[in-house]
Amino acid sequence: MAVVQRELVDRRRWMTPEEFAQDWAVAQILPGPNVVNLSIMFGERHFGLRGAFAATAGMLIAPTLLVLAVGSLYLQWADHPAVSGALRGMGAVAAGLVLATGLKLSTALHKHPLPLWLGWLLAVGAFAMVVFLQWPLWWVLPIIGGIGCGLTWMRTVS
Amino acid sequence: MNPALTPLTLDAASWLHLIAYFLSLSLLSVGGAMATAPEMYRHTVEQQGWLSAHQFSDSIAIAQAAPGPNIMYVALLGWNIGLNAMAPYTGWSAWLAALAACLACMLSMLLPSSLLTWSSTRWMRRNHALRSVRAFRWGMMPLVVGMVLATGWILAARDTGATHAWAPWLLTALATLIVWKTRLHLLWLLAAGALLGALGWV
Repeated sequence: MAVVQRELVDRRRWMTPEEFAQDWAVAQILPGPNVVNLSIMFGERHFGLRGAFAATAGMLIAPTLLVLAVGSLYLQWADHPAVSGALRGMGAVAAGLVLATGLKLSTALHKHPLPLWLGWLLAVGAFAMVVFLQWPLWWVLPIIGGIGCGLTWMRTVS
Repeated sequence: MNPALTPLTLDAASWLHLIAYFLSLSLLSVGGAMATAPEMYRHTVEQQGWLSAHQFSDSIAIAQAAPGPNIMYVALLGWNIGLNAMAPYTGWSAWLAALAACLACMLSMLLPSSLLTWSSTRWMRRNHALRSVRAFRWGMMPLVVGMVLATGWILAARDTGATHAWAPWLLTALATLIVWKTRLHLLWLLAAGALLGALGWV
């Protein structure tokens, strides 16, 4: 997901940060893998059915081959300390990628109909519910999403 | 606790069972592929015995570490289910079965949710001017920011068994800063993390 954000928004500029954040929200709420949903939405918008297929296939084929190769290799080398160390190092970096993506998405809050402090309050609220209270997504989503949508509804004019 | 392994028998009924199970799971996977992992574990490992608990957790660890969407763990699960079904054979026939099971799991897992996304994105695009659609798209944004930050935090906070608990945190913080403020290619960062880990510094 960090990679998708970097390629589509930062490097190729196919999407603005706001578009990405909005599409990402929808992709996350619908069932199915977020990244696949985002590929379908993005491909469909530009090239219809063919685009959705192409984007999804492009997103999945190479990683599938790669992960099968890594998986087969790993089965043989799993006990080697250097291998588990490398996995640990990559895991720490991957966490950083996700955190940085969250920080970049937050720039979309500047253009939000709601005031900046309120947007951040909701975001921090969602963070705290997931990390510290460990509530399931099915509680956090209606609460924070509902408040966010309700307040935005009141601030926008039809 | 490790339930006995009862590999998939490669007849039509078993294939249908496998495909139907992943088809039904697809529409339940709200919140991403990882959210369905506990349910998948219950069915494939504990109930059916298609693969071992160890294979299951390894599949998730590898998919998390490898680049690509984390749905990839389903591909690895399918692969292992196929390999188990052919055991003790390990030649080409086992690889073919593994590939077939891998494809069956992935496609079944993706098809229903993709159709739903496809139809709802078309509906939303036609109605994008509606106040409710706009309010929904903007209103969910704070939630998404919070959820993404929370995911990063949880990934950083998991128990990694590192020699110094602070070292992975420092690496995570550095990676966050570099990705946020520079345009360095992400693969360099992942490679650097792998090297530091392999050398035992993290």
